[in-house]
Amino acid sequence: MNETTNKNALFHGLRQSLVVTLLLLLLCGFGFPVLLSGISAVIFPSQANGGLVYADGQAVGAVNIGQDFTKPYFMKGRPSAYNYNTYYEDEEGNQYCNDGSAFAGLGSGSNNYAPSNPALTERVEADIEAFLEANPDVKREDIPADLVTASGSGLDPHITLQSARIQLPALAAASGLSEEELERIVEDNTEGKLLGIFGEETVNVLGVNLDIAKAMELVEDASR
Amino acid sequence: MLQLALTLIIYLILVIPVGRYLYHIAAGKRTFADPVFDRVDGVIYQLGGVDPRKGMNWKQYALALVGTNAAMVAIGYVILRVQSIPLFNPNGIEGMEPTLAFNTIISFMTNTNLQHYSGESGLSYLSQMLVIIFMMFVSAASGYAACVAFIRGLAGKTKDNVGNFFADLVRITTRVLLPFSLAGGLLLVWQGVPQNFSGNVVVQTLEGTCQVLAMGPVAALEIIKHLGTNGGGFFGANSATPMENPTILSNLIELYSMMLLPGACVIAFGKMVGDGRRQHQRNKAEENALTVHREGIMDRLLGKEGRSIFLAMGILFLVGLSLCYWAEQKGNPALAEIGLSQSAGSMEGKEVRFGIAQSALFTTVTTSFTTGTVNNMHDTLTPLGGMVPLLHMMLNCVFGGKGVGLMNMILHAILAVFICGLMVGRTPEYLGKKVEGREMKLTALAIIIHPLLILAFSALAVATAAGRAGMTNPGFHGLSQVLYEYASAAANNGSGFEGLADNTYFWNMTTGIVMFLGRYLPIVIQLAIAGSLMKKNEVNESAGTLRTSNVSFAVILVFVVYIFAALTFFPALALGPIAEHLTLWG
Repeated sequence: MNETTNKNALFHGLRQSLVVTLLLLLLCGFGFPVLLSGISAVIFPSQANGGLVYADGQAVGAVNIGQDFTKPYFMKGRPSAYNYNTYYEDEEGNQYCNDGSAFAGLGSGSNNYAPSNPALTERVEADIEAFLEANPDVKREDIPADLVTASGSGLDPHITLQSARIQLPALAAASGLSEEELERIVEDNTEGKLLGIFGEETVNVLGVNLDIAKAMELVEDASR
Repeated sequence: MLQLALTLIIYLILVIPVGRYLYHIAAGKRTFADPVFDRVDGVIYQLGGVDPRKGMNWKQYALALVGTNAAMVAIGYVILRVQSIPLFNPNGIEGMEPTLAFNTIISFMTNTNLQHYSGESGLSYLSQMLVIIFMMFVSAASGYAACVAFIRGLAGKTKDNVGNFFADLVRITTRVLLPFSLAGGLLLVWQGVPQNFSGNVVVQTLEGTCQVLAMGPVAALEIIKHLGTNGGGFFGANSATPMENPTILSNLIELYSMMLLPGACVIAFGKMVGDGRRQHQRNKAEENALTVHREGIMDRLLGKEGRSIFLAMGILFLVGLSLCYWAEQKGNPALAEIGLSQSAGSMEGKEVRFGIAQSALFTTVTTSFTTGTVNNMHDTLTPLGGMVPLLHMMLNCVFGGKGVGLMNMILHAILAVFICGLMVGRTPEYLGKKVEGREMKLTALAIIIHPLLILAFSALAVATAAGRAGMTNPGFHGLSQVLYEYASAAANNGSGFEGLADNTYFWNMTTGIVMFLGRYLPIVIQLAIAGSLMKKNEVNESAGTLRTSNVSFAVILVFVVYIFAALTFFPALALGPIAEHLTLWG
């Protein structure tokens, strides 16, 4: 008799485990994300779809995601281990990054160099040299640290206000815009700390460059 | 500094009501939302044949937990292997390779969320939802269930009933995790976290190049990732990516979601244990016609026994946070040497919108509360800044995730009581129960498993070519990478020194084993300790009883935790982060 009760108990335990698992799978793994998507699509449609930014009706990027800028009249962002997932395609469909290496596909992260890793010092040194060449008036010790260190995500859309201001003389020369106008553009794209306390002051690089493009009449109209 | 202090003060204000709510759920008391949830739960119980009032002893409870987790693993493994089917797979992701799937499924079932894949290229939306999001809910609920059962054992209302596992699992999922996730998820979408099922978008940039932008049901995963102290990101760079964590506000939401429930657990513990003891006192008082002792406001808010535990955890946390913030603020001397100003701190691997303060805070929180989500790359932290997350995973009891941290801290409390008892020559007591040979043996066993897993497997990794192949940074930092990986696996944390090349046969298998043992052995042993303590008769407090509810006990507890950690981990830390610090600053 004992054996049958044991068997029944075992079967009952198994049934509970399996059915509860399947029900929770349905509820948490399917019901929840679908419900959240539904509500989000109604009340926050722009954010839910990635916060795309448009210029002349074409999507040119996302408001929260940085881009790799190379033109001398565009403001530079931080170095990225993933080139901000930016690439160009040649006629055969091969995909290359701006530095000529093959594009490895969508990714995110940093080089993960330890502070003691000589490769870190080398990379920073190379970026400093390149920056000094593009901005001849700047002194080495005045370069803000965020401008030549790679972000954690490789997609950081921001730089600090100092990093933005230090690029203005070279940008003015290359774009033909006045420094005052550029200063105003930077201000428009600066966000302060939350309630003046939390987080840091940031400048959105894509926002600045969209405004530069508008001022230079490269695009007519930009919107979110 | 101000923003760190304010962030923590807001936390203290938020944690108390959540703790009370959790206590109501755990103790089976009524809440305002019962009319809705009773119906949902009722359907699940009915279909599953669960009788929520039928209690289990600790062995049945442990068996139900392990058995149910096994069923979840089996289903999840199959989905990972066949994820290439064209269902919720707009980006055409391939099926997952077997050792990686083995590692991934254990990683998510054990609430570790160590990721040897990259979400962008490794998982279809189907897997992200049915495996990752699902596991994030149920692994957290399993952990809290174990913790609630453990507390019931210590609170000792009955001799062998620790509750019904299935009822706990369901109640925690439907009444705590799902409603909190829905509200928090919407807040994250509002801040700019994507939530859709479309494929990745390719745009043409202003310069005429292409940029590919990631999409998907990110917010749904993001919120339960933190609430359940899971930590595995939708994307490779986790909460550092602006898709997962776009603003300072989203950062705070994520921070609080991972801190609330573990802290609330301590409060629920204090109140449940308080209930048990009050009941005991009332019985005694009636017998002897004594007046019942009245409690102050703090006691009622936190529960006496919870207060000292919370304080000890708080002290450990603040020490770690201060060290991490200070080290990161000092910057990297190697970069100062080539003329780069370090006045803004060490910005390599950090996001501008978070800066040093919120990065150091997130790093300390994610490893103290064993979440494993990161908003900066831990591999790039300064040596001492990176030692803090490593150390907190080694301690594994500074709040800790999903209830398990509380259970570990209670073990340290038992150890502290035992050591103090030895000093004065009395049989140690904790929560009114005598702590004797059997409990001490189990406690010692449970405490020793964690360092044994970390150190033995690290030794194995540095002794074999397959293990050494994973190190990507030269010098002492290579050892730190190895230590970090196993500490993260054993503590079920899941963050990484991400440089480690860990998607190999060796790393997938060994960390899979460590995560499994690091999760289930302690849970079973802890339930056994509770089962053994609850059988004992309550002893009356006397003048010679060591009080475990005051500040001095909290201080003793902090010292016990640090001394134990120093004895086991100091040599390894000296060869890793400390040696790296000395070479950089020497």
